[in-house]
Amino acid sequence: MTAQNTTAATPAAKTSAQSKALTPIAWKFPITYTILALVSLIFFGLIGRDGETTFRIATSGDLFAIPDVVVSSTVAGLILSLILVVMAATSVYLALKRITLAAWFPMVFGILFVVSFLAWAGGGSGGVIPLTTLLAGALALSVPLIFGAMCGLVGERSGIINIAIEGQLLAGAFLAAVVASVVKNPYAGLLAAPIAGALVAVILTFFAVKYWVNQIIIGVVLNVLVVGVTSFLYSTVLTEDPELWNARQKLPDLPIPLLSDIPILGRVLFDQNILVYIMYVVVIALQIFVFRSKWGLRMRAVGEHPKAADTVGIKVNFTRVRNTLLAGAIAGLGGAFFTVGSGLAFGKEMSAGQGYIALAAMILGKWNPKGALLAALLFGFSKSLGNTLQSIGTPVANELLLMLPYIVTVLAVAGFVGRVRPPASSGVPYVK
Amino acid sequence: MTKVFGSFVANDHIDLTIEPGEIHALLGENGAGKSTMMNVLYGLYDADGGDILLDDKPVTFAGPGDAVAAGIGMVHQHFMLVPVFTVAESVALGYEPTKSVGLIDLAEARKKVREISSRFNFHLDPDARIEDLPVGAQQRVEIIKALSRDAKILILDEPTAVLTPQETDELISIMRQLKEQGTSIVFITHKLREVRAIADSITVIRRGKIVGEASPESTEAELASQMVGRAVSLTTEKDEADPGDATFQVRGLTVVDKAENVVVDDVSFDVRRGEILAVAGVQGNGQTELAETIIGLTQPRLGSITLDGKNIVGQSVKDRLGSGIGFVPEDRSTDGIIAEFTIRENMILDVYDRPPYAKGLNLKPAVINDEAKKKVEEFDIRLGSVVDPIATLSGGNQQKVVLSRELGRDLRLFIASQPTRGLDVGSIEFVHKRVIAERDAGTPCLIVSTELDEVYGIADRIAVMYSGRIVGVVGADTSREALGLMMAGVPADEALAATAAPDENDAATAAPETNSATTSAEEAK
Repeated sequence: MTAQNTTAATPAAKTSAQSKALTPIAWKFPITYTILALVSLIFFGLIGRDGETTFRIATSGDLFAIPDVVVSSTVAGLILSLILVVMAATSVYLALKRITLAAWFPMVFGILFVVSFLAWAGGGSGGVIPLTTLLAGALALSVPLIFGAMCGLVGERSGIINIAIEGQLLAGAFLAAVVASVVKNPYAGLLAAPIAGALVAVILTFFAVKYWVNQIIIGVVLNVLVVGVTSFLYSTVLTEDPELWNARQKLPDLPIPLLSDIPILGRVLFDQNILVYIMYVVVIALQIFVFRSKWGLRMRAVGEHPKAADTVGIKVNFTRVRNTLLAGAIAGLGGAFFTVGSGLAFGKEMSAGQGYIALAAMILGKWNPKGALLAALLFGFSKSLGNTLQSIGTPVANELLLMLPYIVTVLAVAGFVGRVRPPASSGVPYVK
Repeated sequence: MTKVFGSFVANDHIDLTIEPGEIHALLGENGAGKSTMMNVLYGLYDADGGDILLDDKPVTFAGPGDAVAAGIGMVHQHFMLVPVFTVAESVALGYEPTKSVGLIDLAEARKKVREISSRFNFHLDPDARIEDLPVGAQQRVEIIKALSRDAKILILDEPTAVLTPQETDELISIMRQLKEQGTSIVFITHKLREVRAIADSITVIRRGKIVGEASPESTEAELASQMVGRAVSLTTEKDEADPGDATFQVRGLTVVDKAENVVVDDVSFDVRRGEILAVAGVQGNGQTELAETIIGLTQPRLGSITLDGKNIVGQSVKDRLGSGIGFVPEDRSTDGIIAEFTIRENMILDVYDRPPYAKGLNLKPAVINDEAKKKVEEFDIRLGSVVDPIATLSGGNQQKVVLSRELGRDLRLFIASQPTRGLDVGSIEFVHKRVIAERDAGTPCLIVSTELDEVYGIADRIAVMYSGRIVGVVGADTSREALGLMMAGVPADEALAATAAPDENDAATAAPETNSATTSAEEAK
C-alpha cells in the first residue's frame, strides 16, 4: 500500500519541479516598476522643483493635533525615488528567480510613488497638500463606484451580466432627487432610489431571463434608455418648476462621536451621512453572506452551474431574477449619492460613466466584495488626486489630470488583473 | 412512458418496474433513449404520456426537487457539481443546514459528509474543492449527495464512462453495499461486462423501445445482439501487424497550457509504419493536448516531433497536413465538421485549395461532386444527397465523412482521437476496419481512446498516459488489471508485477485507487 502511495506521489512532485523551470520569466511587473522608479528618480528627484511641500494632516476639532509635515521637494523626491529604485531592482531579481511578489509590494510601491509625485507637485508653487481632503474626496468619489460594483457582483454571481449599472445609478439619482424635492425630505429620496434601480433591473431580467436576449446588448440599450428618459423628464418637467421638482436636498452628516475626531481616518470614515454608513454595512454583509449563507451558496451555484442547482430543486431563473433585482436596488442607492448624498440637484447624465468604472472595479476585485471595494477606492483616489492637484496648481495640464482615473482603470484592468475567473455561467441564459 | 422531442420519439411507451433492493440495469446503445427516460423519471423533463407509480401510487414531478422528496436520487453522466465548491458545500446545496440569519452551519454539513463517507469508506475530505478531486472521488460526492437525501432509488447514468477499471470495480462494490442496505439502483450503461457483473435484472432498450428483458447469465454476445438488433462480432478481426521503420517519433514533448499547468510532460514514443499505437488513459490526462500538439493546434514548450526524419515543430497546421498527416479530432461536432456546410464541402475542408478540387482561385464543383459520390459509396455513408448540410446526418455517418476526408489522401501518419465516441455498434465496427486497413497499407496510426474495449480491439501496442506522462508502452496482450493500474499512474513494470502475482492481485486492485484518489486530492491542496 505504501509502495503504491509513493509511486503516485513522486511523479506529481516531478511535474511541479519541471513546470517551474519551464515558466517563462514574467517581465511585465519588473518593467513597469523600473519605468516608474526611473520616472520618479529623474523628474521628481534629479530635475525636481525647488521649494517646499507641506502635507497638511490636521483639521480643526481633532482629538489631538498633528503638525503639518514640511519637506523639501527635491530631497523628498530623491529619497523616495531611491527606495523605489531599490524596490524595482528587487522585483527584477525576484522575477529572474521566478518568485511571485507578495500582494503588499505593488501597494507599497504605489503609495511611495504617489507621495513622491505629490512632493514634486507641491514644490515650487509652495503648495499645501491637504491629506484629509484628498482622502475624504477619494471616499466620496468611490461611494457610487462601490455600490455599483456590489450590484455588478451580485448579478454576475447569479449568472446575469449587468452592464446597466450606469443606468441604474442614473435612475437612482433621478428618482432620489425628485422624491426628496417633492416630499422636501432627503430621506424620502433615499427610499425612492433603490426602487428606481430595481425597476431598471426588472427590464433587464425580463429580456435576459424570459427572452434570452444577449445580456450585454440589453444592458447597453438600457443605459441609453435611462439617459434618454431622465434627460427628457429633466428638460420638460424638472426645469419647468425646479423649486418643486428638483430642489436641492442633502442628507445631513451624522458624525459618530469620538471616532470622528480621530485625525485623518476618523475624519474621513466616520463623519459622513447615512448613505455612506449603509455602504459599509452592505459591503460587510455581502462579504459574509455571499460566501457563508444559504442565499450566497445558492446564488453562486446558479451562477456557476445552473443545471446542478436545478437538479437539487433550486429554481434557477427565479433565483437569478430575485438577486438581480436586489442588485439593482443596491445600484439605485449608489445613484442617490449623486443627488441627495452630495446635496446637489439632478443634472443630465450626471452619473458620467461611473457605472462602467464600477464594472471595472468588480472585475479588478475578482468578483469579491472586499476586492471590489479596494478597486473602487483606488479609482476614487485617483480621481480625487486629480481634483486636488488641479486645485493646488501643478505643472501638469488639467486635461491630463482629468484622464488620471481612466488611465488607472485601463492599466489596472489590463495589466494587473492577471488570471481571474468570472462565474462560469455568467451571461448564459438557463434554458431547460 | 413516452417522451417526444419534435418529431423524434425518444421514449416510445416504455414500461419499467424496479423492485426494492435490486440492481436493475438499463442496457442500450448511445442514443437509445436511456438517459432521456431517467431524466423524465427525475423530473428534469416532462413526460408526454404515461404514469410514474411509486409504491403503486401515481406521482407527478414538477421538478427534480419533487423527485428527490419522493426518494429518487440521480448521479448524472456529467456530474452536477459546482467546480469551485467544497465537498461539504456541494452536498449541502439545496438542503442547507442553517444557523440564524441564513448562515450555513458548515460544521453540520461537514459532519454529514464524514458520516456517509465513513459508512462506505469513501475517504472524502469535506473541505476539498470539487475541481481538485479526481473523477472517481467526484462521483462518490454525487453518491453522498443522493444518500444524504435518503434516496430509496438511485439512478446511475453511465457511471463507469469516466472511471478506470479499478475505480469501476470499486463502484461495483459500493453498489453492492447500497443494495444490501435496501437501496434500489437503476444502472444505465452500454457496457456489457459491467451489466453481467452486477445486475439482478436487465432491461434492453433499442431506439426508444423496450426490446426485452435479459438475464445476467446471458453471454456478452447474446446481450450485444439484443442491444443492436442483429448478430455482432465483438472482436475486431485483424492480422498480426507487420511493423516497418519508426517514421514517426516524439521526443521529450512538453506542453504547458494557458494556466501554466504542464499537460503533456516529457513524452517520448515512436510509431512504426504499419502498426497501431493506441494511447489509453482516463479522460483528461493529456491525450487531447498530445494529439493537438502533433497536428499543430498547440505549440509545445519543449521537445521534438519528427515525421519521416523532419522535425515538424514550428510548422503550420497546413504544412503538417500537406506532409501527410491525417487527423480525426476528438470532438467531431465542433472540430471535425462544420455543421451548416454541405456534406461534399465537409469532405474537402483540408484539401479545398489543391488539385483536383481547385485550380487557381476557383473550386471545381464537378470534381468535388464526383469525388464526394465516390467516397459516399466507398465509406457506406447513408445520406439523402451530398449537398445536404452535414448536420442532417447521424453521428456515425458524420464520423464516416470525417474519416473519408482524412483517409482519402496518401498519409504518412494517421491520428484519431476517440474515433468511435458516441457511435452505434455498426459504425464502430466500420471505423475499426478502416483504421486497420490504413495500418495494413503501411501508415503509422496513433489512436487516442479512453475505451479499453476499443484499445484492445485495434491496438498493436498500447501507450498509457497518466497526468501528462506516458506511464509505459506495453503490448496488446497486457491484462486489463495491469492497464488499469497504469491508468492510475503505476509504472508499467510494477503494474505487470502486481497483476502477475495472483496472491497480491486483490489487495493491489483495491488499494491503489483509494490511495491515488486521496493523494492527488491532498496534492491539489
